[in-house]
Amino acid sequence: MDFFDILVSILGSTIRLSVPLVFTALAGLFSERAGVFDIGLEGKMLAAAFSAACVAYITASPWLGLVAGIGVSVAFSLLHGFASITNRGNQIVSGVAINFVVAGLTIVLGQAWFGQGGRTPQLLPQGRFSPIILPGVEALRGIPVIGPLYANVISGNNILTYMAFLAVPISWWILYRTRFGLRLRAVGENPGAVDTAGISVTWLRYRAVICAGILCGFSGTYLAVAQSAAFIKDMSAGKGYIALAALIFAKWKPVPVMFACLLFGFLDAFANFMQGKSVPLIGEVPVQIFQALPYVLTCILLAGFIGVANPPKAGGVPYTKER
Amino acid sequence: MSQAPAIELVGIDKKFGAVHANKNINLAVAKGSIHGIIGENGAGKSTLMSILYGFYHADSGEIRVGGTPVTIRDSQAAINAGIGMVHQHFMLVENFTVLENLVLGAEGGMLLAGGVARARAELKRLAKDYGLEVDPDAVIEELPVGLQQRVEILKAMYRGAEILILDEPTGVLTPAEADHLFRILGVLRDQGKTVILITHKLREIMAITDTVSVMRRGEMVATRKTAETTVEELAELMVGRRVLLRVEKGEAKPGAVVLSVRNLTVKDGRGVTMVDNVSFDVRAGEIVGIAGVAGNGQSELLEAISGIRMPASGEILIDGEPIGKADPARLRDLGLAHIPEDRHHMGLVLRFEEYENAILGYHRDPKYGGLFLDLDAIRKDAIEKIEKYDIRPPNPRLRTANFSGGNQQKIVVAREIERDPKLLLIGQPTRGVDIGAIEFIHRRIIDMRDAGKAQLLVSVELDEIRALSDRILVMFAGQIVGEKTADAGEQTLGLMMAGIAA
Repeated sequence: MDFFDILVSILGSTIRLSVPLVFTALAGLFSERAGVFDIGLEGKMLAAAFSAACVAYITASPWLGLVAGIGVSVAFSLLHGFASITNRGNQIVSGVAINFVVAGLTIVLGQAWFGQGGRTPQLLPQGRFSPIILPGVEALRGIPVIGPLYANVISGNNILTYMAFLAVPISWWILYRTRFGLRLRAVGENPGAVDTAGISVTWLRYRAVICAGILCGFSGTYLAVAQSAAFIKDMSAGKGYIALAALIFAKWKPVPVMFACLLFGFLDAFANFMQGKSVPLIGEVPVQIFQALPYVLTCILLAGFIGVANPPKAGGVPYTKER
Repeated sequence: MSQAPAIELVGIDKKFGAVHANKNINLAVAKGSIHGIIGENGAGKSTLMSILYGFYHADSGEIRVGGTPVTIRDSQAAINAGIGMVHQHFMLVENFTVLENLVLGAEGGMLLAGGVARARAELKRLAKDYGLEVDPDAVIEELPVGLQQRVEILKAMYRGAEILILDEPTGVLTPAEADHLFRILGVLRDQGKTVILITHKLREIMAITDTVSVMRRGEMVATRKTAETTVEELAELMVGRRVLLRVEKGEAKPGAVVLSVRNLTVKDGRGVTMVDNVSFDVRAGEIVGIAGVAGNGQSELLEAISGIRMPASGEILIDGEPIGKADPARLRDLGLAHIPEDRHHMGLVLRFEEYENAILGYHRDPKYGGLFLDLDAIRKDAIEKIEKYDIRPPNPRLRTANFSGGNQQKIVVAREIERDPKLLLIGQPTRGVDIGAIEFIHRRIIDMRDAGKAQLLVSVELDEIRALSDRILVMFAGQIVGEKTADAGEQTLGLMMAGIAA
């Protein structure tokens, strides 16, 4: 393989590995810009993966799997909302609780229903989202650089991948060009301003966490029904936290969120590629070093390398009317 | 006079648990007038206005707007009834532009573009009609406070408010900004709008209102035509007894230099220079006041001298000795005491009982025990202070949060003054404190001076600075822009505080 082939293959896998991060980070964006911290992204993603895998297996339809994934994820969002918006509980505790509950529940239910040690049965090809070959791949194949890039990076992904990257401009448009977006950004900065303008802070924040639930539903479904062909226990493997890091790194803005997710996806793809390969002058490096890279980068970035990240001012603070 | 009042409250009553915040309030405000409501903290002014703006619901009573009874269930209903409110803490989204703040909640459609364009046109008209100019695309956090407040007024006008309520609007303004605000309110009145001004500053009431109502302990005790009343009468009505509005003090007898600040520069947490090459002395037996609009470096100056924040450069000397990197505990041993600006964040632990706060920071003193605290000694000491400072209720076991603002402040003042320091730093001694307690605290500060103590006073209340200080330093943008004697005119100081004249 020459260098260009390697690059194309790493980029293709960067895209695939970024998809769940993009969905999840955008989920976090909606929730946190509305002032509700969401540590439970991880749990919601996992719950969505599990339910999507179950339903896609039973119905042999990836779309019904997606609906189930979204439904369950939104249900957990509402639980988070009930705890932290309605009852003004601690948002971090609520999120962590959701992560724990889901991690256990998926395994217990999976074992009870399918008896495969917490896994769900392997999905048949028609039960998954399969790659889409975009038009023009053959026509462009002969062109150097662009041809292979188009064929292996842009084309050949499943529908959810395209939806993820479409979700970025849509989220931007919603946040910055609609009434809902204006109010959502306002409630995360100064809920008092929203309340005195005669808008319900509670209902607004609920809608924001529902948006987060829907997006987590997509990311979980992608993991189990598109990227893999079954639910495997703990398959989210910390992606919810990485997405949260990407969100902070991107300073809670949609387009930078996408680039941050691509960066983390790239590191992941690079780590996979380096498995068993030797580095010039150093020799073979344990793969764990590369696998640790995204996490090391997260630590470095969050430790202040990104300059001052101004989180939404009212983030994490339940709203109570002042006396 | 046959016209129905713009707004009328009939028998408004509101209880929060055991606290009777509003007792059978009756109030009528004539259309096209400026009506002042004064009262001490906790008199129920804010509660009453919150009821009017739909934040709370009255337990009983009726609200009439233009003669028609209305039910105000929430802020939306208040807005629909033509009531607009400018809150004491601005209800603005700081990283939004003026236009975005204006349209929030009144976007006029799912998409923003149309509403924003309409708001831009409307803003132009409002600017012309009422003299409310402001750059529509400016981001709020980059605007000076006076302009932020103007945006709040514009928000109300944009929503078609006929009745404008302003809650303590001048607390954050320079005297010049306050004058400008009053001119705007005058214009609004002349255009037929009704203005309700809530304040505890008697001077403002006298300067701008047509009529004034006084609240005391949840009751509306009097309503007067402003032209027919006096500051003395209003003060007496507010407090329920005669009060001394002037602080009486003799000549200062300055002694040796106690505190010396040399070329001090202090940066805040973001690395922004807040105190910029400042030098001054404070002598024994004098009060040096620092006047300035909040946020011009006074807080950082106090923090640096009290050892809370490390200076970036420069020197602080007490009795001629540089304090170096001394921490607050070490400085206390050197005879420095500090009444912090914000009693809630620095001066007190609100969840503690009173006696615990009464020794906060001095808990290492052997008379309060060694490794284990001698609770009996501490409580005995607390009771002595409670008696001496008339802290009410006189219960050292009560949670500090349950004391009123004035009494909380007295707890801090008692703790710091009773240590008999030779140097006392005083930040906002009477912020959110009622008149009775103000009188008391001012008296204690003068007594300290006469006992030969050096005192550095920081306050955003220019009246307070002028009443107490022997010398006044004016701070603007981190620098001391001038020194004046205590008899300097308010105008002169006001201009200096705004950075206009030295």
